Amino acid sequence: MTLTETILARASGRRHVAPGENVWVQADLLLTHDVCGPGTIGVFHREFGRDAKVWDRQKIVIIPDHYIFTADSLSNRNVDILRDFVREQGLPYFYDVIDDPQGHWKFDASRGQLKRQYGGRFAGVCHTAMPEKGHVRPGEVLFGTDSHTCMAGAFGEFATGIGNTDAGFVMGTGKLLLKVPETMRFYLEGELPRGVMAKDVILHVIGAIGFDGATYRAMQWDGPGASALSIDDRMTIANMAIEAGGKNGIFAADQKTFDFVDARCRANGTKADYQPAVAEGEQKFVYDEKFDLSKLEPTVAMHPDPGNRALAKTLGHIHLDRAYIGSCTGGKTSDFLAFAEVVKGRRVAIDTFGVPATPQVVDDLHKAQLGGQSAWSVLESAGVQMTENASCAACLGGPADTFGRVNKPGLNCISATNRNFPGRMGNKESKVFLASPYTVAASALTGRITDPREFL
Amino acid sequence: MASPTRLTGPVYVVNDNIDTDQIIPAEYLTLVPTNPDEYEKLGSYAMCGLPNALYPTRFVPADEMKTPYPIVIAGRNFGCGSSREHAPIALGAAGAQAVVAATYARIFFRNCVATGELFPFESATPLNEEFQTGDEATLDFEHETLTRSRDGRVFHLKPLGEVRPVVEAGGIFNYARQSGMIAAQA
Repeated sequence: MTLTETILARASGRRHVAPGENVWVQADLLLTHDVCGPGTIGVFHREFGRDAKVWDRQKIVIIPDHYIFTADSLSNRNVDILRDFVREQGLPYFYDVIDDPQGHWKFDASRGQLKRQYGGRFAGVCHTAMPEKGHVRPGEVLFGTDSHTCMAGAFGEFATGIGNTDAGFVMGTGKLLLKVPETMRFYLEGELPRGVMAKDVILHVIGAIGFDGATYRAMQWDGPGASALSIDDRMTIANMAIEAGGKNGIFAADQKTFDFVDARCRANGTKADYQPAVAEGEQKFVYDEKFDLSKLEPTVAMHPDPGNRALAKTLGHIHLDRAYIGSCTGGKTSDFLAFAEVVKGRRVAIDTFGVPATPQVVDDLHKAQLGGQSAWSVLESAGVQMTENASCAACLGGPADTFGRVNKPGLNCISATNRNFPGRMGNKESKVFLASPYTVAASALTGRITDPREFL
Repeated sequence: MASPTRLTGPVYVVNDNIDTDQIIPAEYLTLVPTNPDEYEKLGSYAMCGLPNALYPTRFVPADEMKTPYPIVIAGRNFGCGSSREHAPIALGAAGAQAVVAATYARIFFRNCVATGELFPFESATPLNEEFQTGDEATLDFEHETLTRSRDGRVFHLKPLGEVRPVVEAGGIFNYARQSGMIAAQA
């Protein structure tokens, strides 16, 4: 069995499962946030009753992260709905925006968008926060009300996005009926050359298989090239399985994974025991291809979908109006450090926005030193508008006052995020181009799509 | 939703790869679908993320809450992208009853079934080139066909199979109760 089949067999109490079988899977964790949490809670109460209790208080993680730093009253209300539910149920893992468990969240626009407006428990973008806060463990099953839940596959777990109704069912029962997906194997060899990042790997692969090329399937990343990737790189890649239509993406857990997970579980006092999955016996793949990482070049997904692939070096004729770095896939510390490496001592030519995924990333960037200057200050000196208010922000548009949102038609934006469908970052008559932090940084310097190797 | 035996009405046609941001743009996700008035409002915004140049006719006319199009015809990969359940809900709340697409993104299809908001039919071949927005068609639920009124041409759809009784029951919770999988509501 493949990694995904092995985990689903165990979670459904069977010795063996095969692709296409429908099985009841026991969840280890359910994740929700401010956009889908209120609806999930609504379904839970409607279906299980006003006085119902969740199936296991220890297994629900609630992370407000989408529409936080906005004066939109419904958005602020939705964070309050989460807090009320957490109080009602006594849930331990709620990463609230404010510290007062009886309080109400209200964004203070008069204090501006850049300085931090959150309390000590706020965790930022849920998929990046989950591992930081000790909620990912190899071999487990994670359901989340967000399509990028698949990012946790970087840690050798089965993680997939579900809707509010399914999540309401999981909240009450801890179980979900799933079809076992076929597995596609992506066997990585070689090392990433200078200027090429994990984002280029996944954009290259989505371009190769088409952005519905993994629909209903598991994407399993194997080979020496996969083992050599850092944890952050694996997260970037697993995150975008959904951009190929995939049910999940998964890397086998190794010593790097165990070290990372053990340290985070210990630091946060979360459950520290887990049973990693090892592919057993013969593995059957519906697709099995080798990719030589050393042959890859900086890659861009052009408007209007993540599979519309081209090499950055061929796109110099595309003029840009803005650049953006942030999100679960592109707002990690390593992403900002790569960006800073390119823009250090230079000046961006277009409006450029930086939104760290989590408060931890904000702290890391203030501490990290690049030639006697903090990384944060390097970015600001280069003209990047950096906010400390870690959140999903303009990656998915959001309310009109969202930091970095594309509010005008006709703008071209290059972004280190994960989606570029029409209107994704705001105005539906704007265009988004997806690229690595290196490529976004180089393009921000020139105002046109630029191969970052020109600056490295 | 109880399935009619036949459904006749004008169709709304979209191309391949319509993602859920176009079905319901992110700025409207502040609406909570389980609140009845917010559910209705979600419907009024259904498909408003489609670019105007490609889709000059709105799915829901300006200043109205409901769509005149009970059937949506789409190409491949309908409902890709974000897992937001607001997408099938917005279509259902606007008054759409069925989508006929060549293929679906996984989570959207699942959300149609889980909520019981829409019948997600698959066509044997893409039909978005065969119809224009406003064409009248008849969806025959019993024989699983779509008939184009202007010339009577019949397009066969793939069987909905086990999905159908779940949508007919109004979603997975109702279905699970009716079939005794979970206890009746207290």
